[in-house]
Amino acid sequence: MNQVDLLIIGAGPAGMAAALAAAPSGASIALLDDNPLPGGQIWRDGPNTELAPQARQMRAQLAGWPNIRLHSATKVIALASPHTLLVEDPEQGWLIHYQKLILCTGARELLLPFPGWTLPGVTGAGGLQALIKGGVPVKGERVVIAGSGPLLLASAATANAKGAQVLRVAEQASLKAVAGFAASLWAWPNKALQALQLFDSHYRSASHVIAALGTDRLEGVRIQTGKRVEEIPCDRLACGFGLVPNTELAQALGCHLEKHAIVVDTWQATRLAHHYAAGECTGFGGSELALVEGAIAGHAAVGQPQQAQALWPQRQRWQRFADRLNQAFVLTEKVRNLARPDTLVCRCEDVSHAALAGQTSWTQAKLATRCGMGACQGRICSGATQALFGWEPPAPRPPFSPARIATLLQLDQAD
Amino acid sequence: MPELNIDGRALQVAPGTTVAAALSLAGDGCSRTSVTGQRRAPLCGMGICQECRVNIDGLRRLACQTLCREGMQVETRP
Amino acid sequence: MNTADVIVIGAGIIGAACADELASQGLDVLVIDSQRPAATAAGMGHLVVLDDNPAELALGDYSVRTWREWAPHMPEDCAVRNNGTLWLACNADEMAVAESKHNTLREHGLACELIGAQALADLEPTLRQGLYGALKVSGDGVLYAPNAARWLLQRHGAWITRRHAHVSEVQGNRVRLADGEWLGATAVVLANGIYARELCPELPLQAKKGHLLITDRYPAQIHHTLVELGYVTSAHNSQGPSVAFNVQQRPTGQLFVGSSRQFDNQGPGVEAWMLGRMLKRATDFLPALGQMNAIRSWTGLRAASPDGLPLIGEHPEQPGLWLAVGHEGLGVTTAPGTARLLAAQLLRTTSPLAPEPYSPKRFPGISAHA
Repeated sequence: MNQVDLLIIGAGPAGMAAALAAAPSGASIALLDDNPLPGGQIWRDGPNTELAPQARQMRAQLAGWPNIRLHSATKVIALASPHTLLVEDPEQGWLIHYQKLILCTGARELLLPFPGWTLPGVTGAGGLQALIKGGVPVKGERVVIAGSGPLLLASAATANAKGAQVLRVAEQASLKAVAGFAASLWAWPNKALQALQLFDSHYRSASHVIAALGTDRLEGVRIQTGKRVEEIPCDRLACGFGLVPNTELAQALGCHLEKHAIVVDTWQATRLAHHYAAGECTGFGGSELALVEGAIAGHAAVGQPQQAQALWPQRQRWQRFADRLNQAFVLTEKVRNLARPDTLVCRCEDVSHAALAGQTSWTQAKLATRCGMGACQGRICSGATQALFGWEPPAPRPPFSPARIATLLQLDQAD
Repeated sequence: MPELNIDGRALQVAPGTTVAAALSLAGDGCSRTSVTGQRRAPLCGMGICQECRVNIDGLRRLACQTLCREGMQVETRP
Repeated sequence: MNTADVIVIGAGIIGAACADELASQGLDVLVIDSQRPAATAAGMGHLVVLDDNPAELALGDYSVRTWREWAPHMPEDCAVRNNGTLWLACNADEMAVAESKHNTLREHGLACELIGAQALADLEPTLRQGLYGALKVSGDGVLYAPNAARWLLQRHGAWITRRHAHVSEVQGNRVRLADGEWLGATAVVLANGIYARELCPELPLQAKKGHLLITDRYPAQIHHTLVELGYVTSAHNSQGPSVAFNVQQRPTGQLFVGSSRQFDNQGPGVEAWMLGRMLKRATDFLPALGQMNAIRSWTGLRAASPDGLPLIGEHPEQPGLWLAVGHEGLGVTTAPGTARLLAAQLLRTTSPLAPEPYSPKRFPGISAHA
C-alpha cells in the first residue's frame, strides 16, 4: 500500500496548481490522473498539439519536485477504508492511504439526446476537441459544432486549426444572452481577447440541432435557427450542452453537494474533514479560476493558511467571470426535448425515449428498461433523464469506473 | 512511430496518438457494436461515455484514454 | 366497503405470484407497494432446487417445475433460461455431499447427474483445474425477477390493480396507509419480505445481507449456473459473515457474481472488504474473471426465518392476515409454490403440498409476542 501525506485526484489546471502549491512544504504528494498525460481537458496533450506555455511550464515544474509522484492513466475505483482509496492503471490495481485529499475531478460535457446522436461522426463539442488532440484527423472534413457554451468556440478553433471546414457553430442561447456575455468580458481583458480570437464567422445564436442525419454514419445535420430550418451536409457533428461537474467520488466520500457541484469553503475545504476540492468540480469557471482554487487548496491542505489567503482576491475576480458565464448559457426548454420516441436515451443499453416515458423514477426505469445499467454507469443518460424527466440518480457505488475484478480483490484485506 | 494492428489491419502512427485516433486513421473510426447492432464511435473523448470500449491485447480498454504502443492488437469486434 | 377481495402488500416476486394466483381463481386483488429497494430487484434471479430438508425440496421442486411450465409464455425481457446448475465439489468430502444430494434429488424425480473432473472441465472449460467434479441439476434455471414480477401482475388484466403507497399498519384484514387511509378486504396478504417486520415485529425474520456484482458484456464463458457445494454449508449454517462461489452468465453476456451472507446490521451499503472477499472466492473458481471488467455492485437483504423455510399461512393472532414471507435466498425459486399454497389455504381448496412445514404456527413466539 502507498502512504502519502497528500493525495490529489486530477491533474488538470486545478490539480497541478494544488500539487505545486503544496510541494515546497515537503509533504509527500501523489497526483492521480486518468488520462495518459497530465493537463486535464483544457491542456490535453497529443501528437499534433502545441501546449500552452503555462501548461508546459507547470508540467516541467511538477517533474522537478521529488516529493510529487504523478500517476497517469489511473482511475479511482473504490473507497477501501477511511482515507484509503483503491486505484487502477492499465497494469495493476493498488491501495493508497492519505492524510489529506484534494478532489480536482473536473467536469464532463452534458450530452443530451436528439435523433441520430448515436451515429458514428457525432461527438461532444469538447469531445471532438479531445479526439483531435489525440490525433484524430479532420483535415478537409466538414464540421458542424452545436450545443451551448464557450466550449463551442474552442472546439471550432481546434478543428479549424487542424484543417477542418467548420460550416456552422450553432449556439442555442439567444443573441441577447451571448452578446450580453461578450459585452461583459471587458472586465477580463484576456478573456475578451480569447473570445475575439476564437470568434467564428459561422457562429449563430438561437440555433440548435434538431437531428443528425445518415444511415450508418453521419451525413448531415438538420438545424433550426430562430424559425428557419435547414439541412447542412457534413462529416462531423460536435454537440455539447455545457459542463457538468464530476462529483461521483465526492458523493461516495460523503462530501456535500449543491446544484451538482462540490460545496467548499474559502479554504477550498469540503464539509468532510481533511478533504478539499478545487476547479470545475466545484462549479464551472474556466482554467484561471481552477488554477487559483487549486493553489489555495494545496496551501490549505499542507497547513499554509497565509499563502492560501493571499490568493483569495484573485479567486474572487475569476469567480465573478464564472458567475457571468453560468448566467449567460442557460439551456432552453427546446434542447431538453429534442428526443423523439425512438431516440435512444441510454446508449450503453439501447433504451429509447418511448421505453422511458411512463417510468416513475431513475430506479424504476433502470429495473424495467435497463437504462443506466451499462458501462457508463449512468453518467451519460442521467444527464438526459434529469433534463427530460427530472430524475435524480442515487449515490454511486463501487467500482466508480469499470475496473478489472483482479483490482477489486484488493479490497479484501484480511486484517 | 509505433505500429499497431486494428481489426487485422496494420497501421503506423505518430507517438502520442490515442487508440481512438488510430481507429479513424485505420478505418471508419468505429470502436464497438451496440446491443442492438449499431456501430458506435467515440463520443465524449474523455473516458466517460464508454462508447470507445475496444479489446486491446485481450483486455477491454477505453480507446480515447489509451496511447498506441508498438505491437498492440486492437479489436473492435471481439 | 371492501377495496378488493384481497389486498397484497408487496409487489416483489412473492406478492406478484400470490396476486397472480388469486386473480386466476377469480378474485379481485389490490397490490400495494412502497417501491423501496428490496430483494426482488437485487437478487440473482436463480431457480435452484435446494434439499436441506424435505419441505424445502418439495416446495422448490414444485415451484421450479411451475416456472418451467410458465417459461414459454413469458416475454423475452424476463430472460428465462433453463441453463441448469452445476454444484461444484472441491474435494472428496464435497463430492460425497454431491453424491448424497444426487440420491435425494433423484428420488424426488429431478433430472440430475454426477459429473467427474474431466467431464466438468469439458462442460465448463473456464473453471480452474483440480476440481473433483460436480452435480448437474438440469431443471434449474435463471430469470430476470423484476420483469417476471411485472409479467405476473399484468397477465390477469383488470383483476389486479396496483397502488404505490406505504402501508403503515395492518390489523387482520385491514390496512392503514401512511396518509391515514384505511383499506379493507376479505383477506390481506403480507408479502413484503424484509419490510414485513415493520408491520409485524413479532415475526421471526432476520435480514441476511448479500453482495452482488456484475461485469460488462462478454462472449459466452460459462453455460450453467455455477455454485460451490460449500454454499450449502456456509449459507445455511454459519452466523458470521461468509462468502460462497455463485456465478451465472446472463443472456446479456454479463457475468453475475455472488454470493455473500452477513447477519450484522451494517445497513444496505456496499462494504468494500466483503466485496473483495466475495470476488476472491469467485476468482479462485474462475480465474478468467480477474481480467474482466466489473461495472456495478450492490447489496440486497434476504428475509431469513429461523429454520430456513418461509412462513406461508394465516397469522396465528390476526385472522384475515395471511403471511407469505421469510424466503431468504429462495424467493424467486419458490414463488409459484408459495402462491399456490397460500391461495389454497385462503380459499380452502386442495393444497398442492402439505402446508404444515411452512405454517406460521410453528413459531410459538409469534403468539407470545403479539
